[in-house]
Amino acid sequence: MSQVPAIRVDALRKRFRTTQALDGVSLEIAQGEFFGLLGPNGAGKTTLISILAGLTRADAGHAAVMGHDVVRDYRAARRALGVVPQELVYDPFFNVRETLRIQSGYFGLRHNDAWIDEIMHHLDLTPHADKNTQSLSGGMKRRLLVAQALVHKPPVIVLDEPTAGVDVDLRRSLWEFISRLNREGHTVLLTTHYLEEAEALCGRIAMLKSGRVVALDDTKSLLQLTNEHCAQLRLDGDAVPAVWQGRLQRGADGSWVFNFGEYAELENLLADLRGAGIRVTEMQLQEPDLEDVFTDIMKRA
Amino acid sequence: MSGLSALFYKEMLRFWKVVVQTVVAPVVTALLYLLIFSQVLEEHVEVYPGVSYSAFLVPGLVMMSMLQNAFSNSSSSLIQSKMQGNIVFVLLPPLSYLEFFLAYLGAAVIRGLIVGLGVWAVTLWFAPWQAPHVGWLLAYALLACGIMGAIGIVAGIWAEKYDQLAAFQNFLILPLTFLSGVFYSIHSLPTFWQAVSHFNPVFYLIDGFRYAFVGHSDTDPWLGLLVAGACFVAISAVTLALLQRGYKLRH
Repeated sequence: MSQVPAIRVDALRKRFRTTQALDGVSLEIAQGEFFGLLGPNGAGKTTLISILAGLTRADAGHAAVMGHDVVRDYRAARRALGVVPQELVYDPFFNVRETLRIQSGYFGLRHNDAWIDEIMHHLDLTPHADKNTQSLSGGMKRRLLVAQALVHKPPVIVLDEPTAGVDVDLRRSLWEFISRLNREGHTVLLTTHYLEEAEALCGRIAMLKSGRVVALDDTKSLLQLTNEHCAQLRLDGDAVPAVWQGRLQRGADGSWVFNFGEYAELENLLADLRGAGIRVTEMQLQEPDLEDVFTDIMKRA
Repeated sequence: MSGLSALFYKEMLRFWKVVVQTVVAPVVTALLYLLIFSQVLEEHVEVYPGVSYSAFLVPGLVMMSMLQNAFSNSSSSLIQSKMQGNIVFVLLPPLSYLEFFLAYLGAAVIRGLIVGLGVWAVTLWFAPWQAPHVGWLLAYALLACGIMGAIGIVAGIWAEKYDQLAAFQNFLILPLTFLSGVFYSIHSLPTFWQAVSHFNPVFYLIDGFRYAFVGHSDTDPWLGLLVAGACFVAISAVTLALLQRGYKLRH
């Protein structure tokens, strides 16, 4: 039996005055996925998340979380969803523990202290439990937002650029925690500007541009879309065989840069160099990364 | 409905954490009004026969304080949450628009009643004790706080900046409360302004509330109750309709 998708979005459209924020977005995220939503600013990522969370109402189309329509069946949909908002928001009237207790209460959970203690522990918030939220550092406020999103143990977690302006340590511990939740079966939907994070964490990625999905695939397959490899070579001579002169660029430091698609091209080059008696003293290979793919797709779309 | 109780609790805790500002300050303000006005006017004004000016003024001050504080509780809570951005904390959970309304309204009513009780308590030292008619007192107090709490929700949702809310408060709420017979009987006004006063719903609230204390009023307390009840129903209906649409909350 096929499982209900964690998130299903069908032909979503949303217009804000002069801008078409979403222009017919459809996608499905299966339970247990770690899914990345990428795109430049204004591509519609936050609008999409806001519609899922019920903060924004779509002009057309449908969205469902764990099979619950976000409008008709909003109670069940919101219970299934934990959202970490992009803005670093907090309520200065309360301390950390009060904030989490109150947030639990909104979901109808009264005696939730055991779970609250556990999330505070995992997010290193325990020493700050009685501190007013206003006195927390930016990183701690971010952790509190993550904790708030998890008070009701939602099967689906949405993180809207959770690491913007966050230091390296927190970023690492945050991802360890989120990855653990994902391994334990939570579905994670992530938007980020840090493409290396998306590449490392996400099994599948959708790219948005001007409110449309312009790419949607496994991270691996996306990475293969661009077969632009690059080799940086140091040679013991000053020249390369004449046939290769157009293909190799001389860097400022005297090394040679070779851009190629298939590895066979590199083999040919090395064979010709050996044939000409030119020794390779150093070689570095650069694999294409998500940033190349992203730039490529955004240019073409 | 347990999400409702959590939101209500949060709203109560919010104003209780700044009780000096939300309860003590308005009580002190009301006391100053009483001291100044009763000092100056006690000897000169007798609005109703046999009722001292202080005895006339106290119910008006209690009601005015309740009105202003019920309004300011829901409106300032909402505008602060919107400005801070933490309004999302109550928009993300599965709370219905009705729960949202009841929680903010409930806390506004409680704050209004606590301030009203506080004002009444401190004025007892300065004005003669008068046993009120509990039924009229409660009916008018609850309706007044309810009306203003609901208007506060609308204002808090509508305002996008603090100065917009301040304008709402200074140009609408304050004139309505000041010009509705807190300090005077409308019978002392020229005929034209007497007639105008009857279009101010706050006039009925103060008049009826005062009736509960002194047994005199400018208009029939049953009529006042009808007007106040109708106002509460109308403003609640408008508020609920706005919340259901997600006006300025869910875009």
